[in-house]
Amino acid sequence: MEFAELIKTPRADNVVLHRPFYLAVEGTLCLTGHHLIFSSRRQDNAEELWLLHSNIDSIEKRFVGSLGTIIIKCKDLRIIQLDIPGMEECLNIASSIEALSTLDSVTLMYPFFYRPMFEIVEDGWRCFLPDEEFELLSSVTDEWRLSCINKEFSVCPSYPPVVIVPKSIDDEALRKVAMFRHGSRFPVLSYYHKKNGMVMMRSSQPLTGTNGRRCKDDEKLINATLRPGKRGYIIDTRSLNVAQQARAKGGGFEQEAHYPQWRRIHKCIERFNILQESLIKLVEACNDQSHNMDRWLSKLEASNWLTHVKEILTAACLAAQCIDREGASVLVHGTEGTDSTLQVTSLAQIILDPRCRTIRGFESLVVREWLQAGHPFQQRCAQSAYSNSKQKWEAPVFLLFLDCVWQILRQFPCSFEFNEQFLIMLFEHAYASQFGTFLGNNENERSKLKLPQKTMSLWSWVNRSEELSKFQNPLFEANSLVIWPSVAPQSLQLWEGVFLRWNRPSKFLDEAHEEMISIIKYNKELQAKVNALRRQLAQLETVDRMQENL
Amino acid sequence: VENVRLLDRLSSRKAALGTLYLTATHVIFVENGSETRKETWVLHSQISSIEKQATTATGCPLLIRCKNFQVIQLVIPQERDCHDVYISLIRLARPVKYEELYCFSFNPKLDKEEREQGWKLVDLNEEYNRMGIPNNYWQISDVNRDYGVCDSYPTEVYVPKSATAHIIVGSSKFRSRRRFPALSYYCKDNNACICRSSQPLSGFSARCLEDEQMLQAIRKANPGSDFIYVVDTRPKLNAMANRAAGKGYENEDNYSNIKFQFIGIENIHVMRNSLQKMLEVCELKSPSMSDFLWGLENSGWLKHIKAIMDAGIFIAKAVAEEGVSVLVHCSDGWDRTAQVCSVASLLLDPYYRTMKGFMVLIEKDWVSFGHKFNHRYGNLDGDPKEISPVIDQFIECVWQLMEQFPCAFEFNERFLIHIQHHIYSCQFGNFLCNSPKERRELKIQERTYSLWAHLWKNRTDYLNPLYRSDHSQTQGTLHPQMAPCNFLYKFWSGMYNRFEKGLHPRQSVTDYLMAVKEETQQLEEELEVLGERLANLQKSQLNDNKFKSKPQDRSKQLGLSTSNNSLANTPQEYSNDLKSFPSRSPSQGDEEDSALILTQDNLKSSDPDLSANSDQESGVEDLSCRSPSGGGCLPSEDSGKDSDEAVFLAV
Repeated sequence: MEFAELIKTPRADNVVLHRPFYLAVEGTLCLTGHHLIFSSRRQDNAEELWLLHSNIDSIEKRFVGSLGTIIIKCKDLRIIQLDIPGMEECLNIASSIEALSTLDSVTLMYPFFYRPMFEIVEDGWRCFLPDEEFELLSSVTDEWRLSCINKEFSVCPSYPPVVIVPKSIDDEALRKVAMFRHGSRFPVLSYYHKKNGMVMMRSSQPLTGTNGRRCKDDEKLINATLRPGKRGYIIDTRSLNVAQQARAKGGGFEQEAHYPQWRRIHKCIERFNILQESLIKLVEACNDQSHNMDRWLSKLEASNWLTHVKEILTAACLAAQCIDREGASVLVHGTEGTDSTLQVTSLAQIILDPRCRTIRGFESLVVREWLQAGHPFQQRCAQSAYSNSKQKWEAPVFLLFLDCVWQILRQFPCSFEFNEQFLIMLFEHAYASQFGTFLGNNENERSKLKLPQKTMSLWSWVNRSEELSKFQNPLFEANSLVIWPSVAPQSLQLWEGVFLRWNRPSKFLDEAHEEMISIIKYNKELQAKVNALRRQLAQLETVDRMQENL
Repeated sequence: VENVRLLDRLSSRKAALGTLYLTATHVIFVENGSETRKETWVLHSQISSIEKQATTATGCPLLIRCKNFQVIQLVIPQERDCHDVYISLIRLARPVKYEELYCFSFNPKLDKEEREQGWKLVDLNEEYNRMGIPNNYWQISDVNRDYGVCDSYPTEVYVPKSATAHIIVGSSKFRSRRRFPALSYYCKDNNACICRSSQPLSGFSARCLEDEQMLQAIRKANPGSDFIYVVDTRPKLNAMANRAAGKGYENEDNYSNIKFQFIGIENIHVMRNSLQKMLEVCELKSPSMSDFLWGLENSGWLKHIKAIMDAGIFIAKAVAEEGVSVLVHCSDGWDRTAQVCSVASLLLDPYYRTMKGFMVLIEKDWVSFGHKFNHRYGNLDGDPKEISPVIDQFIECVWQLMEQFPCAFEFNERFLIHIQHHIYSCQFGNFLCNSPKERRELKIQERTYSLWAHLWKNRTDYLNPLYRSDHSQTQGTLHPQMAPCNFLYKFWSGMYNRFEKGLHPRQSVTDYLMAVKEETQQLEEELEVLGERLANLQKSQLNDNKFKSKPQDRSKQLGLSTSNNSLANTPQEYSNDLKSFPSRSPSQGDEEDSALILTQDNLKSSDPDLSANSDQESGVEDLSCRSPSGGGCLPSEDSGKDSDEAVFLAV
């Protein structure tokens, strides 16, 4: 298929662009295969706006006489309005955008066409490989092994080719356990807590069904992670009720009788359309310019977004508490183990492990706990808050995770190497990107699409010093401790950087940020100067002393 | 009373056993056990309510709520003791005479001269001079000398030059409590001004020639504009109801060239109830997100804050952009009028956003114009219906602005919180009584100390590190976002959950930046010293004259480590399910104990006000260790004595 076929009108002049907090600009609109480009050539404020078609969540058109108006709502929650003279032109452009923003085939997406203009220092596709992770692990413990059982994705389609499992469990047993777990997602290592050797594992639900099936190998596998005489916790991210209902569909949870060394705790983290609706309501409330103070708070409350944030954070804190404070190992799962499970395991690591609070560490966490762990990004991020289609696979699971990270970052502003912009950038790229990193639903699909060969990795771009400097937190000072966030409602706030990004003026906050950077920069400069002088002085003094001795 | 338990509101697991003391000025709880005894001090004047609850098996619970939003829960073993404590506290918390208040016994060991100096720190005449007054249009009037015209006004009042004593007196007779229109703020650049008064006694049809002349005089004092705004800050319905009582509002037909405007700010009773409702939400044991947001909305608190801000924004816009003078009033002109005038001044004039300027602003719009501090904040036992968080709301407006304009204010959040604290504490004389007249009669300045001097002395603690006097945000008028941005108004947990450290960010950007700035200053100094030494040395090498000086090893102190923490804070109760599981290993328990001891050490040495605020208790990041002088904790004047004023906090 040629993109040209979809572009009925490639260019329109005298188009007026409206955005909140900016004056309207007149310019030329161009459509290409992957971008909508608006450029104004006025001398006083020449500017260009490039918008990826894949970033467009929905479009609306309106007509007043022959003047057409297109309202474009983006997945990054921005809303822009284009006034296009000429009804036919406007209709053509609208239908072209609609077609281009809803392409079916992944291979037509921009990452397959994008050619980087920067020099690649480090190939992001080769960073964060499981082998490196295992090497780190084996330097502190030898109780685990790397299993290649899933090499051809033959055992579990949503797992990566290699996984870390207890050393005492052989591949044969793993195969049996896989049969006993939803989607074959058998328990694997998620995190090893160096401080006390406790671990966090994740899996999907066991297939106990109504008649209480059991699997000896499953029991053996997870018991292999316990120290003699110790007990562990199973954190089920569903309420007891939901978990019990799952039995009717062949799923279920670990029975006390068969797992006597484990204590099960149910937490209630919502999934799928409940989250999607929550996002839609929240964004609606944030964009509503009309209502008064009371309505705002009640709409915020009705969206339940912050409730979800609180639930997820609480579950993650609980997992971290079990590991660090109770000195127990933990297994986390929900139903499939691809959504709420990953929210909990990844957030718990941010709380426990200082490494995850660095830029590289966080990237590695996203790769391990989200991409390799098989979070179906393509399904979940197909549409964002403005979608009208009621597909059931969309859900802002990853965005909620980022929101939770932001909440912790807000409470510990000096403990993270990255800043809020870094999280916002990840949110944007998860939904629309020139990079292939978030394409596909799991490693299996990614390898079939040959993404590493055909597309550029987000990490190749981010990890260059030019880009990194934008994402560094000037306040960062490595904090080697476990950080316990507060989950009280008073402590959780709306993430303005994402949800109010396009409808609040950010000038004063940006200025404050710049001021912060310059204060710290000046301090560092002075330190360097003082150190240089000290050294110089010391040298002179030594010379002096030598002269004296002579 | 011995064997009293102090409960931790957030976690039922943590309760401290100790002894409760009642002194003439404080309730003191001293924890048993640890070598350095952990103490909680509460001033009697801070107590807003005491509640005795039903006796349980463990003892008799006593709940003390404070005006600075601290809530203390005690369990006293004997019912009789509890009753005695309860009765004593009720008496102690509600003094009937000013002389019983703490400021008359508080002695920071300053000599007479220093005290007088302290009271001179804020000088209102100087302030009007700064505004450019007296000038061709405005003059100082002595019509109210000896409080002859209005007993709740200051003796020195600024009025238009064309307003004769006859007009002023005539106008005063037509205004509630004789609070005639007087100048609050004057804008040098365009002659526009803000005046304030009480409501006119217009009833349904009454008029007063002098009052009309008075408003005319105000308009004439601004030759650039042919009308003035008259802003009634009450809801229209309330104002109309007042007409039946012979009061009311200006009739546009009777006054030439006025534009009349209602701005609906609710009265003190609505505000009192609103705060009450919000505090109930704050006190909920473990509220869900919905409980909290719903309760916050239901309290209406943020809606009221926004109404006050909107009024201030309206006036600031009239003055700065339209160049039109404004007369503001409500009913008596001492609550809403004070709020609105001071918010507008703050928006208009960068001076009021400095530390000194803010003190001047409160002195001008609140203290001098007879805001009834005693009644509103219940310093003496009085009518509970008079109590209302009027100035609290103003202080919150300032905080909301600070959130929107992080570089615009010279002072930080802590400054606001400490002012709020001392408005209730009665430790300083500034906010005693209901009017300047009463204060003069009580000889406040001779018998008590000024808060402003105390704050000024510790001003480094209250600096906003992001403030720069040459920054664009500090210039000119602030233009906050108006109507649609409701989301800009946020719940202020730093104030209303002030004593629940667990809820606040564990690391403070402000403290961090303050420490960095302090270090920067030291580096600058050291750089100079090093430069000199280097120059000397280079010279002296020729002379073979060895330069001897103490090696300045600051590097150790300056070392960039903020993470001195054995004290990782303990997790909250994320789940009740954990309780039944085998308890923690003893080693972890020990760790926690040592953490408490450490905290105590820090508390002892630090300024007591700050200890209620400093990061040290939060446990995770002790930023103060970064700066040599101890970051947030200035060395106190006299730590022994100072602890008397303390509000120590149990972690």
